[in-house]
Amino acid sequence: MSEAAAKKYAGNFLQEVEANVEEGEWVKMCMQCGVCSGSCPLGPHWEHPPQEIFMMIRANKREEVLTSSSMWMCTSCYNCIVRCPRGLPITHIMHGLAHYANRLGVAPKDNPTHKFAKLFWKNLEKGGRVNELKLGLALYFMNGLAEGVKTSLKMKDIGLGMVKTKRMNPMEIVGGHSCKDKAGLHAILAKAREIELSKAAKFQG
Amino acid sequence: MAKRQYSFYPGCSSQEGASSSNYLKSVESMCEELDIQLNTIPDWNCCSASIGYAEGGELPRLALSARNLALSEQANPGQDVVATCAACWLATRETRDRLLEDDELMHETNQALAAAGLKLKADQKVRHMVEVLIEDLGYEEIGRHVKKPLEGIKIAGYVGCQTNRPFGISGESFENPVYLDKLVETLGGESIPTYEKKVQCCGGALAFSEPEKSQAMIKGIIEAAYDNGADMVVTPCPVCQMNVEVYQGQINQTYGTKFKMPVVYYSTLMAVAFGKSAKEAALNGHVIRAKPLEDLAGR
Repeated sequence: MSEAAAKKYAGNFLQEVEANVEEGEWVKMCMQCGVCSGSCPLGPHWEHPPQEIFMMIRANKREEVLTSSSMWMCTSCYNCIVRCPRGLPITHIMHGLAHYANRLGVAPKDNPTHKFAKLFWKNLEKGGRVNELKLGLALYFMNGLAEGVKTSLKMKDIGLGMVKTKRMNPMEIVGGHSCKDKAGLHAILAKAREIELSKAAKFQG
Repeated sequence: MAKRQYSFYPGCSSQEGASSSNYLKSVESMCEELDIQLNTIPDWNCCSASIGYAEGGELPRLALSARNLALSEQANPGQDVVATCAACWLATRETRDRLLEDDELMHETNQALAAAGLKLKADQKVRHMVEVLIEDLGYEEIGRHVKKPLEGIKIAGYVGCQTNRPFGISGESFENPVYLDKLVETLGGESIPTYEKKVQCCGGALAFSEPEKSQAMIKGIIEAAYDNGADMVVTPCPVCQMNVEVYQGQINQTYGTKFKMPVVYYSTLMAVAFGKSAKEAALNGHVIRAKPLEDLAGR
């Protein structure tokens, strides 16, 4: 899926979302009551809260939606899902929009949650299990060396506390926990990705 | 043979030297007393939690949990799958529900699994450890194992998000779940039913990427515990536990507060009430020591 391929939907972003975004077919069900926006723990920090995002999709505001930092504010608390009177799986739609924006390469590059989410997947994919130490360090240094050193110093006490209580192991930096059948896991993920992308291609006719 | 057996999905954070290794330790002590046998799913993998979505699409994420379920069916047939981590439980249960609802997704997931010679039926229920305790054993049976009641210890039940929503524990409300309060009372402790931040989000994974925004929420969670006279906070979720416990020093620096509120797991409380040692209850795994529990365990 590329920006060029998405041209087919020119003028109909709702259709594009329905065809390509996880649970996107639910977007048209939103009745604009705003319960989701009012229930979101980070609501005040969203550029456009979920209610607005749904209307913007229907109003064809493609670029504004996909490049927005909004969806990256989702903490996956599921408050919006259980309160939505229309039963929209809002959390999943936000994850779906974020993923689609990332796949198209238009997600906000500097958004820290976007960066962290990518680091997380890379970390788990490598050995099949998350290496918390490497993930933490990758996070601290994601904005370059200078800022990384600063963040590491700021986080020093927390790190020491975790090491002291045996909840962080400095030796994880070499090797660490992983699945035995890494090859099998990678084959499964490759196949899943292949199926998903071939379906996305099919939607474009 | 143990009275009850489950297919166990421990998850990344419970591994040795990881952030909730103390959770697993206390769960093991708790299960030993309750005659529960946990049969670990061989070679389990990460569920991708709720932050894997950026790079992992829907099908790759479903395939991750599906691999665990397929391995579970092979190794531990006929047993319910049990997770102790909120995110592990949520991702795995969501996967099973979605695959059972959607034949096409089930077919595609099995195509992906076939790449490693696996096959999924999804015939095992996926449950959180708290469900096992409440539904399979019940408060009465748990109460019978209490040897050292948590007398005089006032505990705020912080349920958090993902063990509460979207599935939750059967019979509980999303807005005001009371099972932790009931559990505290069962163990002889003093619950705080008026604890108003019991379902407030701690920021989850965004505590890493958006620390200021998350710490503002964590501050409220701890403040409400102090306002209600709590000696400590109890939670069923490893992310809640870590977020609410370990950032208190930074919050104190930012806001000039003097927080030093211990945050433990339900399994920590149970291990101590069941007469286990401080080490068996993994009390040494807490950055902010739970002194009243240490005293009780040492008695």
